[in-house]
This record gives sequence, C-alpha cells and structure tokens, in this order.
Amino acid sequence: MANAHTGAFEQPSSFAFDSESEAEIAMLIARYPAGKQASAVIPLLYVVQRQMKRQTDSAWVPVKGMDAIAERLGMAPIRVYEVATFYFMFNMKPIGKYHLQLCTTTPCWLRGSDDVVAACRKETGIQGWGETSADGMFTMTEVECVGACVNAPILQVDDDFYEDMDAEKVAQLLGALRRGERPPKGSMSGRQNSAAEGGPTTLTTLQFAPEA
Amino acid sequence: MPKLTIDGIEVEVPNGSTILQAAEAAGIEIPRFCYHERLSIAGNCRMCLVEVEKTPPKPIASCAYPAGEGMVVHTDTPMVRNGRKGVMEFLLINHPLDCPICDQGGECDLQDQSVGYGGDHSRYDENKRAVKDKNLGPLVKTVMTRCIHCTRCIRFITEVAGVPDLGATSRGEHMEVGTYVEKALGSELSANIIDLCPVGALTSKPYAFVARPWELTKVDSIDVLDAVGTNIRIDARGSEVLRILPRVNEDVNEEWLGDKSRFAVDGLKRRRLDRPWVRRDGKLQPATWNEAFAAIADRIKGVGGDRIGAIAGDLCDAESVLALKDLMGALGSSNIDCRQDGAKLDAARRDFYCFNTSIVGIEEADALLIVGSNPRKEAPVLNARIRKAFVANGMKIGVIGAETDLTYKVTHLGDGPNALANAAAFLAGAQKPMILVGQGALTRADGAAILAACWKLAAEVGALKSDWHGFNVLHTAAGRVGALDLGFVPTGAGKDVAGMMGGGVDVLWLLGADGFDSARIGANTFVIYQGHHGDAGAHRADVILPGAAYTEKSGTYVNTEGRAQRGFMAIHPPGEAREDWTILRAFSGIIGRALPYDTIEALRARMEQVNPVFGRIGHLPRFGCGDLSGPAGDPAAIGSAAFAPAIEDYYQTDPISRSSPTMAACTASHGGAQALAAE
Repeated sequence: MANAHTGAFEQPSSFAFDSESEAEIAMLIARYPAGKQASAVIPLLYVVQRQMKRQTDSAWVPVKGMDAIAERLGMAPIRVYEVATFYFMFNMKPIGKYHLQLCTTTPCWLRGSDDVVAACRKETGIQGWGETSADGMFTMTEVECVGACVNAPILQVDDDFYEDMDAEKVAQLLGALRRGERPPKGSMSGRQNSAAEGGPTTLTTLQFAPEA
Repeated sequence: MPKLTIDGIEVEVPNGSTILQAAEAAGIEIPRFCYHERLSIAGNCRMCLVEVEKTPPKPIASCAYPAGEGMVVHTDTPMVRNGRKGVMEFLLINHPLDCPICDQGGECDLQDQSVGYGGDHSRYDENKRAVKDKNLGPLVKTVMTRCIHCTRCIRFITEVAGVPDLGATSRGEHMEVGTYVEKALGSELSANIIDLCPVGALTSKPYAFVARPWELTKVDSIDVLDAVGTNIRIDARGSEVLRILPRVNEDVNEEWLGDKSRFAVDGLKRRRLDRPWVRRDGKLQPATWNEAFAAIADRIKGVGGDRIGAIAGDLCDAESVLALKDLMGALGSSNIDCRQDGAKLDAARRDFYCFNTSIVGIEEADALLIVGSNPRKEAPVLNARIRKAFVANGMKIGVIGAETDLTYKVTHLGDGPNALANAAAFLAGAQKPMILVGQGALTRADGAAILAACWKLAAEVGALKSDWHGFNVLHTAAGRVGALDLGFVPTGAGKDVAGMMGGGVDVLWLLGADGFDSARIGANTFVIYQGHHGDAGAHRADVILPGAAYTEKSGTYVNTEGRAQRGFMAIHPPGEAREDWTILRAFSGIIGRALPYDTIEALRARMEQVNPVFGRIGHLPRFGCGDLSGPAGDPAAIGSAAFAPAIEDYYQTDPISRSSPTMAACTASHGGAQALAAE
C-alpha cells in the first residue's frame, strides 16, 4: 500500500484486536462518557502498537490497525491517521525489536548524551535517526526531553527509562538486550531513584526519634 | 447584538459574530486565507490580524475573536500591518515562487495579498521544503508544495460534503494535507475544494495549463446536468468553453457545484452534431438546412396530426419546448410528452411535480422521508443542503429504497413502497415534515400510485399545511419542470411516450430526447432528431437537425423547485448548428404554419402567457398547500418491488456527460470504489 510514509515495507493486509487488546479496549472506552468514545483514540493507538509488538516483535501501527480503531470508535479513518502521525510516539512503519529513544535536549546533552548517542551508533551500526540496525534488533530515535533530567542522560528502551547512562553502560545494556535479558530499569549508576550520587550529602546528622 | 467601532465606523452585529464578520458588515475588508463563511472557523492562517483597544498589546486573529459590546478595533495600524507582513513572510517561506507555471495565477489569494503585505525580497536562505503530490483522482490536481495549510479543503470535505477523506497528517514542518492512504475523493462535490483553495495547491486536473483567467469571457448561466438549477459561470475563450464555475445563489446552490456539472464541459466538444443530416438509401448523409427541412416537410405532408408526435428531452430549455409544443399544435397533434423515462408525473397541479418545500426550506424541516431517491447522486448540491440541515438541526431522516451512504445518518424504513405504511409513525410528531419522492419511485409501472400514496402520507402527517408544503418531487432532468409548466404532456386523446413507441405515430420529433431505448420506436416511424450530440436518438434518426447545447443558447430552465432561471449564451453553436427555438420557428415557416414569434423576447412573452412562472425569473415565492386533494392514481395500487436507483452512474447521465472523457475517467476511478463497497 502506497502512502506518504512508506519506505520499503509491507502493510499487513488485515488487523484484528486479540483478546488481550480487547480487554484493554473495554476498560479504556469505559473511561469516557457515551458518545465521546473518540477520546480513547490515543490509548487505542498504544493498544495496537503493543499488540503488534506481541505479534511481530515490532511495535508499530499499521494502517489496518488505525482502520480498526476508527471502526471501533465510530470515527473517520483519516481522523485516526491525523492523530497517529501527529505524535511521534506512534511508529508508522516497522521498527526493530528494541526502540532506543535517546534524549538529546539540553540537560541530557550537558550530562553527556553525545557520548551515549555515539555509543549506541557504535554498538548497533545505525547511522541516522529513525533507522533500524541491520540485524533488526534496534531502532534509534532522537527524542525531546522525556522529563527525567535529574538522572540525565536518559536512554529510553521501549517504555523503560535507563538513566545515568554513559558509553560503557550503553555497551552493557545493549549486550544484555541482545542476549534476551532485560536489566532492571532506572538509574544505571546504582543510586536510589534520583537521590544524590554516592549517598546522602545533606541532613546526614539528622536524628529521628526512635520508633516506638 | 453587540455594538462596536471598527476604524471609526460603528456597527451592530448579531450575537456570536466575530470581529472579521463585523468588519465585513462595516465594509472593511480583512485579508484571510483560512476563514471561509461557509466553513467552521479554524483560525490557523493568522492573516486576519487586527488590533483591539484595551486588550493585551498584541495582534488578534479577527476571524476567531468574538465581537464584543463597545470594542474599538483598528485594522490598519503599524502593529497590524507589521503582524500581517510577518505572517505573509512565514507563509512564503515554504511557498514556491512558481506563479508563472501555476494555474492559480491571476486568481490566487496568496498572490493578491502578497501584493499588499509581502516583502520585496526574501530573507530566507535555507532550502524550501518539498511535499510529495497526492493523487486525489481524475478531477483535482495537487501541487502540495504550494499548500499553506489553511485546511479549507479538509473542512469542506468533512463538513459540507460529509465524506471525510482529507486530513492533515504529521505536524509542524512535516504537516501534509492529504488522504494519507492513496484514494480518489469519494464526494460528488469534491471539486469545490479547487475553488476553496486560496493558493495553487488544488487546481483543476482537466483544466491544467489550459488558460489564464484574464483570457476568458465569463457568462452567467444555469447548469442543466441535474435538476437543481445550479447557478454557474461559463468561462470561454473563442469558440470553446474551457471551464464552468459555480456562482453564488443562497437560495439554490449557495456556492457549490457538482463534479459532473463542473467537468462534463469537455463533452461539449465531442460527438457534436454540427450540420444537418438526412437518411438517404438507409444511410445518414450530410445535407443542407433546406434539404433537411424539405425532407421533413415531404414526409409530414398528408400525415394526420394524431400520427405525429414529439418528445422533449431532459436538457431542453423552456423556449424550445414551447416552440415545439406550438409547432405540434399547429400540426394538429397532441401527442407530446416530456417524460421520456416514463415517470408518472401528474401535471394537473404544479405542486404535484415540484420540490415545494424549496431548497432553502430544507433547513427549516425537522423530519425528512426520502422515497425512491438517492439525492447524493441525483442532486449532490441539494444533498449538501439536506446534510446542512441534518448537521445544524439534527433533522430526522428516513429512507425508503436502497441502503446507501447519503453522507448523513438515516433510518432505513424499507426497500419498496410497502414501507410507506411504517412511514407515518416515523414522521409523527414532526412540526415541519418533508417527503421527497425521487424518480426511482415514479418511473415504475405503479409510479402514479406511489405518487398518490406519498401525497396521502404527506396529508396524514401534517406536511400539507397552509404555511408549509412538505411534498417534494426531486427531478433528475433540468428541462422537466419547465416542460411540465408549459404543458408538454398529452391532453385528450394524445399519446404519451409509451403510446408513441412501436409505431404509435408515423412521425416522431425528438427534441434532445436520448433517455429511452430508441429500439422501441416503430420501424416505420420517421424520426427527426433535434439536438446537439450524436447520442442514442441521433443514431435512430431519419433527419438530424443540429441544435445548441446549454452553453450556446440563451435559455430559461425551471429547476426542481419550480424556480425559473435564465442562462445566457457563452459561445456560438458549432458549425451550422442553431439555437433550438429558431430551428423550430424556421421549420414552421417552411410548412406555412409560421409560429407567432420572431424574436426570443416575443417567444418569452408567449411563455409568460402560457404560465406566469416564466415572468418571475430567479424568484420563487414560498407557498403552503391549500388543497389537500391528491394526484390521480390509486394510493392502494402500489406494488411491492424494491425501488431501483434512478441514476446508476452519477458521472454519466446525459449526452454531454456521456461524451466527456473526464466523466469516463471518473466512472472508471469510482467504479472500483463502488465494487469494493459492495463486497
């Protein structure tokens, strides 16, 4: 199927929600008042994208999937296309097994996102943004601030944030992903959430009353 | 009713008006691209900036800012001018400088307004963005790099046409207007987006690189390819009609035009009859006018009036119909009929065959029952008005007939006339119900019964009141109502179309009548075909008299509402072809029964004498129904067969559109879509 966004890839000829998606859809549509189901279009696009991930190991939204959403929500298909193409979170063409989303906005950049990007390029062999590695494992996308600046730089893999990244940690993380492992998400430097690196630096002498 | 001051002019505008509308009321023009008075307000081009006193010191988009009591607005201050200049500079950043090869050149809003607000040079040194062109089918050509994202086309297709195919995908620098998945626009009104596009992004595909607007002579006329009577402007150069555009008429078409009416013009140059022909030795051979008239005069000599008949076709102007009627009268014949499709229309009273509610009246109705009609195909502009009423007032709409997408939500009550029994319950409670009877219901054997049954239903549900006439017949033929108004139907022992077939008459005069199977005409019947296209009727003819198409004559047409409207001649008929009424007048002189008019003014005086409606051109008084007695026909005699559509293929309904390559391309492109939908 030809459209404005086609590279060389095939759109599936059909799409049907599976039982897991159906359960999610029932819950999502129920959130909105009757007659306003169209409000559920963004969550449903995620449902389609996740189902594609389950079924094909590539999280993307095919045209037939958008048509299925349009039919379910009583919208014109073009209205779903508009929403889906507006948000960069929805992939309009197949991507690799792991979606590497690299934040390069100022805080991450100040904290060394250039190194993280270079390491990702080196590990995956990907040259440009939006491209997929030859082995089909990784797709690299440049994203704007993902809202975790305090633990910059951030490498988001699919839905998981890996924080406090550097070149070495990128190599480790991608290696683990290649082996089929999924290291725990969060800070890669070992700190708790966004607590100070190397332990507390203030209020260290604070005494708490003994617990009764 | 807020009162505000704009550039020192005080205006009072209705509640809910915007500053831009108030400025128009004050006679001040504000530049705009995205704002259009018949579409929803988008407010995205920012060209209409104005300054309002006592608001934060920044320009305001007047199209989207409500007019308020006591506002003081300035439309020409340094801030406004600078703001608009800035907007224009942004718009031109990605707009190509290809005006010399752009078909919009000369009638381009961006071109015009850049004269007022554009800079004399560009400060932009980067590369302009390029956008891939979209294939929107055989009618609309796209050059998407020129698009300034006003979204008028998207809003029209979604709101007015009701076929939401167009949208804006992606965002920011990457935003594109299109269908996303490649497909031809599915609307019969799709080409109106060409008129709406303020730049050259959407232009006419068949008219591409044909002419510049300043080369064209522009003539006002009336469209004849459906029965709505859309007001059109014919743009011609030399002896060629190059394009047809809609004219504004709030009562009829607002400013829309159906795709067929716009693009069938190339059919006017093909398969034309440009000289008389006479059948000699079984073969049609070229002849002179005198030879052709002599051949007819010879043949009708001694033939009794009851053996002569005439059928008026669908595209005929009222002038030629009356001339033919008078000629037949002079020959002693009352075998005349204008219902070549056999529609069981009752000409006894005008409101039996007119769209009595009127097109404007649709907007007042609160319930509509459509019987045996597909208004989307039969009258797309009128269908847009139904959709407008549906969107604005939530009009309740029921359909008896085939289930199709009419671009609004309908309740399907049944396939055949039997379902009329349930219709009273559907319309119950409506204050201003309408019943729309289509030709699909009337061209059947039980058509008269259905017409009577629909009238009876209208009386029962309160559609026939002294201040509201809710009984409507939707015609498909532009000439039909005019011919009925002139009484072009058999009277007394006169034969109708069916009676004239199979040797019912010896001499048959076809005035542009191509809409029936000419094989039904008796083998020994002498057929005279007067018309402009070598279509079905001409093939069967013994004598062909070349007439003028609607663009080539000044003619009066009565639309389905009963509104008489007049079109003017844009070009001369080709070759030896002549205006139709003059042909009939000339022939009447040859046989020594000269019709009593030598000028079109005299003929029109005679028309007015026959029926006063021809004296009020363009004007349609609204009226209620004072007499509930219905048309002839037994309402109980209705059959049970499902209604068949009156129009199978919207793009090819008459000799002009059948000769048009553009319409053939549309049929090919939409044939596939229809087959898919049927699956």
